[in-house]
Amino acid sequence: MAELLQFIFSGLTVGAVYALVALGFTIIYNASDVVNFAQGEFVMLGGMATVFLAAAGLPLPLAAIAAVVITVAVGLGLYLFAIKPARGASAVTLIIITIGASIALRGAAQIVFDKQFHRLPSFSGDDPIHILGATILPQSLWVIGGAGVILAALWWFFRVTLTGKAVLATAANRLAASLVGIDTRFVVGLSFALSAGIGAIAGILVAPITLTSYEVGTMLALKGFAAAMLGGMGNPIGAVAGGLLIGLLEAFGAGYLSSTYKDAFAFVVILLVLFVMPGGLFGARSVERV
Amino acid sequence: MPALLRRFLPVLILLALVVALPFLLKSAYQLRVATLVFTAGLTAIGLNILMGQAGQVSLGHAGFGGIGAYAVAILPTHYGVHPLAAFLIGVTAAGLVAFVVGRPILRLRGHYLAVATLGMGILIAMVIQNQQALTGGPDGMQVPRMELFGWRVRGAETWYWICGAFLIAGAVLAVNLIDSPTGRALRAVHDSEVAARVLGIDVARAKLTAFTISAVYAATGGALLAFVNAFVTPDIAGFLHSVELVTMVVLGGLGSVVGAVVGAAILVVLPQVLTVFHEYEHLAIGLIMIGVMIFMRAGVVPTLIGLVRGRSA
Amino acid sequence: MSTVPILELDGISIAFGGLKALSNVCFRVEKGEIFSVIGPNGAGKTTLFNIVSGVYRPQSGSVKLAGTTVTGEPPNRLAARGLSRSFQNLQIFARMSAAENVMVGRHLKESRNVAAHLLGLGGRDNRASRARAMELLALIGLEGEADTPAGALPYGAAKRLEIARALATEPSLLLLDEPAAGCNPVETGEIEEVIRRIAAMGVTVVLVEHDMKLVMRISDRIHVLNYGETLAEGRPQDIRTHPKVVEAYLGRHGAREAAHA
Repeated sequence: MAELLQFIFSGLTVGAVYALVALGFTIIYNASDVVNFAQGEFVMLGGMATVFLAAAGLPLPLAAIAAVVITVAVGLGLYLFAIKPARGASAVTLIIITIGASIALRGAAQIVFDKQFHRLPSFSGDDPIHILGATILPQSLWVIGGAGVILAALWWFFRVTLTGKAVLATAANRLAASLVGIDTRFVVGLSFALSAGIGAIAGILVAPITLTSYEVGTMLALKGFAAAMLGGMGNPIGAVAGGLLIGLLEAFGAGYLSSTYKDAFAFVVILLVLFVMPGGLFGARSVERV
Repeated sequence: MPALLRRFLPVLILLALVVALPFLLKSAYQLRVATLVFTAGLTAIGLNILMGQAGQVSLGHAGFGGIGAYAVAILPTHYGVHPLAAFLIGVTAAGLVAFVVGRPILRLRGHYLAVATLGMGILIAMVIQNQQALTGGPDGMQVPRMELFGWRVRGAETWYWICGAFLIAGAVLAVNLIDSPTGRALRAVHDSEVAARVLGIDVARAKLTAFTISAVYAATGGALLAFVNAFVTPDIAGFLHSVELVTMVVLGGLGSVVGAVVGAAILVVLPQVLTVFHEYEHLAIGLIMIGVMIFMRAGVVPTLIGLVRGRSA
Repeated sequence: MSTVPILELDGISIAFGGLKALSNVCFRVEKGEIFSVIGPNGAGKTTLFNIVSGVYRPQSGSVKLAGTTVTGEPPNRLAARGLSRSFQNLQIFARMSAAENVMVGRHLKESRNVAAHLLGLGGRDNRASRARAMELLALIGLEGEADTPAGALPYGAAKRLEIARALATEPSLLLLDEPAAGCNPVETGEIEEVIRRIAAMGVTVVLVEHDMKLVMRISDRIHVLNYGETLAEGRPQDIRTHPKVVEAYLGRHGAREAAHA
């Protein structure tokens, strides 16, 4: 029982990060149909920028805020200088552009930062908290709690604010949205900024646990993409569920099966789910219209 | 231009390239890089049958390359199989895996297909990575030399011609396929699945055919690469290599045989050239990818052909 | 002539997310007829075609092709049984040439030996299919555009190309889904001419069409759907004056138009 709980804790911690990455994929995809494979680099930038700003003498909270701002700026730059000029290109062309962006950002990070692994100090110490025989790091609570706060904020943004509703309208039907006067280019830019910000926060929250380096983005993008697809592309609830599920699967796979094959376990489950539900867990069943 | 000439023009261009390069390249190193381009180009031509003709994406094709490469490494080393037999076994095995795995996977569409093939590739890479006793794990393993009738196949030049011959053969097969009933069926599936079905095409079968053929190409390319390097590491089967292969196809131009090789050349040669810029290498590669895709959306070769046609018209 | 109808629908029903699209639709089409299915927008005409051609599977009811029950068989199997169709929204292979589009219709008549195709041994099939494609392109008046990419053809030509492509499968039953939709009067006239030629070749034609004048001119019998249910069936002159049809579908304006057709 304690063991199970232990796996759940670690699974939820990693899963929360995957969920945020998947959410980043979803937000950009819904606004623009672009699958942004540079999403993992946002997470990397958040963590790495915080590490280096803190090392430069900035207090941690200030460094974190500055890192989020920087990442948001990078996200906007990605949209303005790589995605927007290619407007109207095919989906696969746009994907290659984001892969190029991901490589470029990784390359830039290894120049601006370095190639070492870095660790941020934990926000509230490293004394594990004991719950029912299992332990959880305070930082894990920060990650899970942070993800929860972001989700709540997003919910508020999309359901309550006019700007958020404009984003939803654009996601539902871009042409109709622009006809009723929504600046869809602003919406797409906003979605890149938002995704970058979410990624950066995830990167900062998890850096004290998993370490960070210029390379961490690749694996996160891969897992986040898988999570988004598992949940059903374009569905934010699916993205979060998919992320948590993959985190838990990995934790159980590592705990009960073998740690070397933990990723394998997650992907086997993803494949099986997709064979039964080709549109993901929360994806709509599409009817072919001819 | 006669139809036959136009059809085989890509093959002729590649043939001229293979024959001319040894006169232009100065060192064994450059010849080796050209050989690497040929092996990658072969894989890209195959992947282009899947992506450019049938319109299906795969983010796991490096897995098939890994099967081919590790077959020629493992079978001779551990089981005393002749390298040539190992080569054939590896290529066949990759085809079989594709045929079996492809059936359920290819029912998925678009991004879902991408993530399923990604998962498949990762599973293959993971097996290679973790079966240390057989594969040497992350450190990789040596590939025994190919020996044919007492002749040890060695030297940069020998492998250059072998890989060049395979590239040409691969291009011929691909060009033949495009204008055959099967090729038309694949292209029909690409443009409208429902119309293809109504005309009697078994869409699942057509996709599986393209998937299997492209897997055989990838395994052949992987095995050749292993022979050329005389060494394999799990990277050959990894996710990043799969992404690289897809990038080659899209960068060079979806559906273009020459484009696949041009894409391979860009992604193989560029890092070699850019090593002089040391740490700016990745930044430069990324920016070049973005720039090419923004200004040549259809890929390098189709865009250039369009420019030439536009000017002469 | 045999008494077995070439197409027989019995009690076809289908619903999408609780919304009934078709309920209990029955009809028979005799060999050699031009049979039209009409009805206001949303009446379920295209859905009916999708069921007959195997794109959708009905929730209840059966489809019989020349006496054989084929309900739920996939489209490619139905094609082998001699059923082909065109689409309301164009489904041409835009990146292939006009001739290649029609050649794809020859798929079932061609060898499917992939190895031979890789080795370049598909030449005989290619020549035979190309020759047949040229004949069919001539039939629809597109022989001069054989090597034009289908995506570059004008709308009306593309519509006819779809018909030629469907004919290439040598169907005994051809479903045409709004072949004249979006066409100008000249193009509609061309389509009509093509349909008449097809019928003259002995191919049974089932037509979904909005252009009432066209329907009234060329149909042997007409089946009227409204909100997924059968409203009436009969010869054009009966349908034109059928009180229920006039009331529910044609309206005052349409009735006048049909009367003058």
